[in-house]
Amino acid sequence: MYSKKLLEEFTNPKNVGIIENADGVGQLGNPADGDVITIYIKVKNGILEDVKFKAFGCAAAIATSSMVTQMAKGRTIEEAMHITKEDVAEALGGLPPGKMDCSNFAPDTLRVAIEDYQKKNKV
Amino acid sequence: MKRIYMDHSATTHVDPKVLEAMLPYFAEKFGNASSLHSYGQEASEALSLSREQVAQTLGAQPTEIIFTSGGTESDNMAIKGAAYMCSSKGRHIITSVIEHPAVLRTCEQLEKEGFEVTYVPVDRDGIVDLQFLEDSIKEETILISIMHANNEIGTIQPITEISKLIEGKGIILHTDAVQSVGKIPTDVNELGVDMLSISSHKIYGPKGVGALYMRDGINILPLLQGGGHERGLRPGTENIPGIVGFAKAMSIAHENLEHDSRHMEHLRDSMIKKICGKIPHAKLNGHEKKRLPNNVNMSFKYVEGESLLMLLDMKGVAVSTGSACSSKSQKASHVLSAIDPGVDYIHGSLRFTLGKENTMEEVDIVVDLLEEAVIKLRQMSPFGEDI
Repeated sequence: MYSKKLLEEFTNPKNVGIIENADGVGQLGNPADGDVITIYIKVKNGILEDVKFKAFGCAAAIATSSMVTQMAKGRTIEEAMHITKEDVAEALGGLPPGKMDCSNFAPDTLRVAIEDYQKKNKV
Repeated sequence: MKRIYMDHSATTHVDPKVLEAMLPYFAEKFGNASSLHSYGQEASEALSLSREQVAQTLGAQPTEIIFTSGGTESDNMAIKGAAYMCSSKGRHIITSVIEHPAVLRTCEQLEKEGFEVTYVPVDRDGIVDLQFLEDSIKEETILISIMHANNEIGTIQPITEISKLIEGKGIILHTDAVQSVGKIPTDVNELGVDMLSISSHKIYGPKGVGALYMRDGINILPLLQGGGHERGLRPGTENIPGIVGFAKAMSIAHENLEHDSRHMEHLRDSMIKKICGKIPHAKLNGHEKKRLPNNVNMSFKYVEGESLLMLLDMKGVAVSTGSACSSKSQKASHVLSAIDPGVDYIHGSLRFTLGKENTMEEVDIVVDLLEEAVIKLRQMSPFGEDI
């Protein structure tokens, strides 16, 4: 069963959308597996000024995406790179045992977006 | 918040008349049906009467009814019991790829024990391939187990045709009728089956009770050893309150079958029509006509079933899904995989299973809430902009 906090996050997710001209974009998953997350980032002076996401997936995938965008926003790239699945799960009041894999998914996608930014900007 | 229950294939509430019939057998008429005294006689009479009632609804003889703890036990008893009994004659079993886990896991266990099992595929509508089934029959085939109606997509299987196909071949035919009893006719002679599994809690009876119909002349090895209850095939003191409730539920379902089926079928067809009219890229899973009167299983492109289920639950609507997210242990259901609705649809399935008390008003509310939920999830989806 999902925690109250997770369900709240799932029902009212924050930062849903696309950033036009994003500085970095990351996408993981595929429709055949039932989960796809895309994360967009806007970077200014080494800080994640804006983070948005789009997600196709279960309640855990959507809630963790929403949570990770909130946790990353306003942080330095270095800090955002180190957001772990445990951090995300904890912020959501825990995940059901079968869904722990999902909590990895959103922070991993964020890292892909950051790497995309770094590659484009040769950081 | 008004709650709407549309998950009747998972379980049903106990009918008040069923509960009323059961109540005396907890504290007042609590006897053990094996006891010789008057307490025992009360219980024994209730047991006989229940057996007659259940038999009558199936067109069977009372001696052909074995009470069990439910569908899973009945399936295990039928398949393992027949396999062990007939193993000297042959060790080949035929079943289908879309059976309930109670049948599939049992067959897999028998494979580990040296039996050979053929899993018959289904077509796009979820109907078993009769030609494949016929071609699979061989000298060593002892048992065929094909479900009467599928629990996920509601597809009704051609059991009578299968029984004709194997006439005179000495092969035992078992069907899991857990989902079909009380919704479509399940006369054992019309179906031509030798064994048939039933569960009580799917038909407004109590949980933890069911039956296996076993045609006179069929022999199986019991899975449990103990006293001589149920002709020694299912030892253990009988669950009298449960059995009484189950029999009452069977009688009520049988009496109202035509009326309730017609009502649910009407709701089902309007619901499918309304969903397809309101929500683009919605697809019906299973056969349009050869399906249970209460089953609406649909897939929605670009949304994931579990998310839809959760959003509906928050609005008070209870449904179920055959899809699960990719976290490794949770794959799309074996039934949906077998009918293969396509990669964009397979994870977006929802199952609405109607009950006799659902109304058209409820259908309308649910369709509106569903539309809202699908729009919300598609707006979130990275693929949603395409539609």
